[in-house]
Amino acid sequence: MSKLGTLGARLHRGEIGYDFVGKRKIWYGISILITITAILGLTVRGLNMGIEFQGGAVFTTGKSPVSVSQAETYAEEASGHDAVVQKLGNGGLRIQIAGIDTDKSDTIKEKLATDLKVDSEKINADLVGPSWGDQIANKAWEGLAIFMVLVVIYLAIAFEWRMAIAALVALIHDITITVGIYALVGFEVTPGTVIGLLTILGYSLYDTVVVFDSLKEQTKGITKQTRWTYSDVADRSINSTLVRSINTTVVALLPVAGLLFIGGGVLGAGMLNDISLSLFVGLAAGAYSSIFIATPLVADLKEREPEMKALRKRVLAKRAQAAATGESLEPGATGSSYEDDDLEDAAPAVVGPRHQPASRARGRGRPSGKRR
Amino acid sequence: MAAPKKGRNASAQSRPGRSLALILIAIAALTGGMFASGQTTPRLGIDLAGGTSITLTAQNEPGQPNAINKTNMDTAVDIMNRRVNGLGVSEAEVQTQGADNIIVNIPRGTNSKQAREQVGTTAKLYFRPVLATDVSGGKASATPSPSASSSSSAKAGDKASPSSSPSAKPSASATTQGRAVTDALKAGSSPSASASSTPSASASSSASPSASASVDPATAKLQAEYAAIDCTDKAVRAKAGTGTKPTEPTVACGQDKNSSGQWQKYILGPAEVAGTDIKKAGAVFDTQSAAGWKVTMDFTSGGSKKFAAITGKLAQNQPPQNQFAIVLDGQVVSDPSVAQSLSGSAEISGSFTQTEAQDLANMLKYGALPLTFHESSVTTVTAALGGEQLHAGLIAGAIGLALVVLYLVIYYRGLSVIAIASLGVSAILTYVLMSLLGPAIGFALNLPAVCGAIVAIGITADSFIVFFERIRDEIREGRSLRPAVERAWPRARRTILVSDFVSFLAAAVLFIVTVGKVQGFAFTLGLTTVLDVVVVFFFTKPLMTIMARRKFFAEGHRWSGLDPKRLGAKPPLRRTRRASAPVDTKEA
Repeated sequence: MSKLGTLGARLHRGEIGYDFVGKRKIWYGISILITITAILGLTVRGLNMGIEFQGGAVFTTGKSPVSVSQAETYAEEASGHDAVVQKLGNGGLRIQIAGIDTDKSDTIKEKLATDLKVDSEKINADLVGPSWGDQIANKAWEGLAIFMVLVVIYLAIAFEWRMAIAALVALIHDITITVGIYALVGFEVTPGTVIGLLTILGYSLYDTVVVFDSLKEQTKGITKQTRWTYSDVADRSINSTLVRSINTTVVALLPVAGLLFIGGGVLGAGMLNDISLSLFVGLAAGAYSSIFIATPLVADLKEREPEMKALRKRVLAKRAQAAATGESLEPGATGSSYEDDDLEDAAPAVVGPRHQPASRARGRGRPSGKRR
Repeated sequence: MAAPKKGRNASAQSRPGRSLALILIAIAALTGGMFASGQTTPRLGIDLAGGTSITLTAQNEPGQPNAINKTNMDTAVDIMNRRVNGLGVSEAEVQTQGADNIIVNIPRGTNSKQAREQVGTTAKLYFRPVLATDVSGGKASATPSPSASSSSSAKAGDKASPSSSPSAKPSASATTQGRAVTDALKAGSSPSASASSTPSASASSSASPSASASVDPATAKLQAEYAAIDCTDKAVRAKAGTGTKPTEPTVACGQDKNSSGQWQKYILGPAEVAGTDIKKAGAVFDTQSAAGWKVTMDFTSGGSKKFAAITGKLAQNQPPQNQFAIVLDGQVVSDPSVAQSLSGSAEISGSFTQTEAQDLANMLKYGALPLTFHESSVTTVTAALGGEQLHAGLIAGAIGLALVVLYLVIYYRGLSVIAIASLGVSAILTYVLMSLLGPAIGFALNLPAVCGAIVAIGITADSFIVFFERIRDEIREGRSLRPAVERAWPRARRTILVSDFVSFLAAAVLFIVTVGKVQGFAFTLGLTTVLDVVVVFFFTKPLMTIMARRKFFAEGHRWSGLDPKRLGAKPPLRRTRRASAPVDTKEA
């Protein structure tokens, strides 16, 4: 595992680094593709709203010998929808099933009666309204809108408006992908899903802000030098927080993956699946977007600023000059990605000696060129 | 632990031991509090623990045959939802069933009696002028109780004329009464008024003869009701004034909160201000007059105007007609007298307990149910999620956590001790606080909240990771550990604060704006975010500072996770191991 440590060291010294900003078009493309798929899934298949949102039918039975989890299986078989089963004080069952109308409820009632070994006379069918009313949903939207406005204002003050916009784009990107996958997989949307989405919202922004913080620190006084363009520095700031991003993502995803694959997959738990899927997809998307979408987007926006354009011109001129004198100052070592590093790990101590001009390599770790 | 030795570089945090001790004491105190309160597990939501299910059936109000419709039922669901879930953290569920039923599911451990009262009470609140009042029930009460009973008073609430018969409170002195009579005469009220104001020992009987003069049938009926009512009888009390419209005068009962707890009966004018005119209501503890808990109300602008008008009128009247009664569901809860025109806000005081005051404030805040309901069944329900699911989830979560620990140990080695200890502290704090908040504000943990807490592991761990990576960067620059820690901290601190602020902002906005389960989620998010900051500042950083003094870490033992060589630092000295490293892989 010293692999990551070594990677960290090399990233720190700028010996390796992935050219995130330079290759942004690829990542934009991938993201747009996923987003379109997600939106298509959303429009074509639509979201499968759970009983909490749309109401449905409730069956109240007399005393039944069948266990709750068995009844749940029966009810889901009979209706094809997720069912919520509760045992009542008198030994009967209350079974709530979403998306059922009155015609269908009779057939389901008969089926349930045989499955549950209860006289069908003793099963009461009724329609139930949503327990998650419009009020809650509307208020949640309202809260989201207010939050987004506030967070954009906050980021615009703490950082700058370009970062605020980029963070917002990344956030929308993450949520669209998650919702789209929900539509495609066809899981029922429960309050748990909504809460999972909101968690993602918090996490996605959090992750983006950590990367931006490093970007802000590194781009301080960028116009006072002529070695690096804004994009170069942005790249380096991503690379310098890369180990942090990987570690955080692993730590955040491991327990959720546990819930999803072990809890949901192997042990077959229903609602856990719903929540952990939305969390898993969202967390992964959040980590991805803060690196591959948000920061390149900031660089893109920033490069449009006249100051930064001028800087770029100066930097390019200087590089051309340097090239003429034979010394390459190309930033980058772009070829070595994370995967390459795996190979190298066979010889862990390999770190230092490759780059002879060590001083230059170290310089890359420092944006402003000031050196202690 | 290590007392601060010399603290050469310790600029920001010179006494790491102190804040460590502080947080450990805080944990010990909270844990002690948890065990003392006997609430050693967080209260679980209905999806995890089951609870009580109450079925309420709607009934038409008298005179409103078509009140049971979808709109009204939805409004009722909404109001009930907010009442049982005022803070949004109790995880109660409310939904309609069929045409006229509402199901309320309350998690186990909630005070279901209280909840039943909350959902069942209609909370129709009116401010009505007091026309007459009397002690009720005590048949041979020694106090002179002039029965009010004037005819003119009962008329359509025309309080502009302070004409109605002054009915003195039991304590009223003779002089007051005398003046009242004069005033009444001046105002040109019916002669019967003066007659009735004579103090008479036989309270109830005096009404009828005097009122006979100029009475329309409705008023007479009211008089008769007033005379007959016995407020000490609970059944009578409950029935008093039922079926009267807010625009009609009525009779009502109320308990004298101030002294004896005697029951008073009232004739009340038409409602002047309704509960719907209230913008917000809250329960506050009156520290000044030591009157205990009271409920304060702020009116809407319309309500404020109406309230100013009625109090302005009442202030000119004599007792008891300078009183207005606050009538909740037909019962007078308070009858303050008015000295001047008031507006904007009002308060109800009385011998409330904290819970009573809060319940009342909740009901006022969230409005009146458009229908009356009766409980048609109360039953227990099991968890909506089978026990197996919870079990599976816990196993999965445990495996996930074990993987996290494993990853941290492999990657951070010695440092992982600090990371895991910090995660442990934060877990303990979260658990203890959630347990304590169960009884305190009705916090209940549902499955989504558990998942949220699991994601919070990521956010909490991220703070350590940011900090550790900064330290490692500093070491790579060739610093020794202690300066590295002190230099890394301010930068890591800023990142942690900036990013946690965003999380906290999300939590705060969602908590304030939303209702129901979203609010519960926002609460959990906010709690874990605050705890994250607390743990990093008061635990991780001091612990790191102390650990940095230990030889194991300071010298960069190869298992410390801070080995400069492994981190690939540029050491001030030439490295010796370099020769052994094969230099074969090359790229870019």
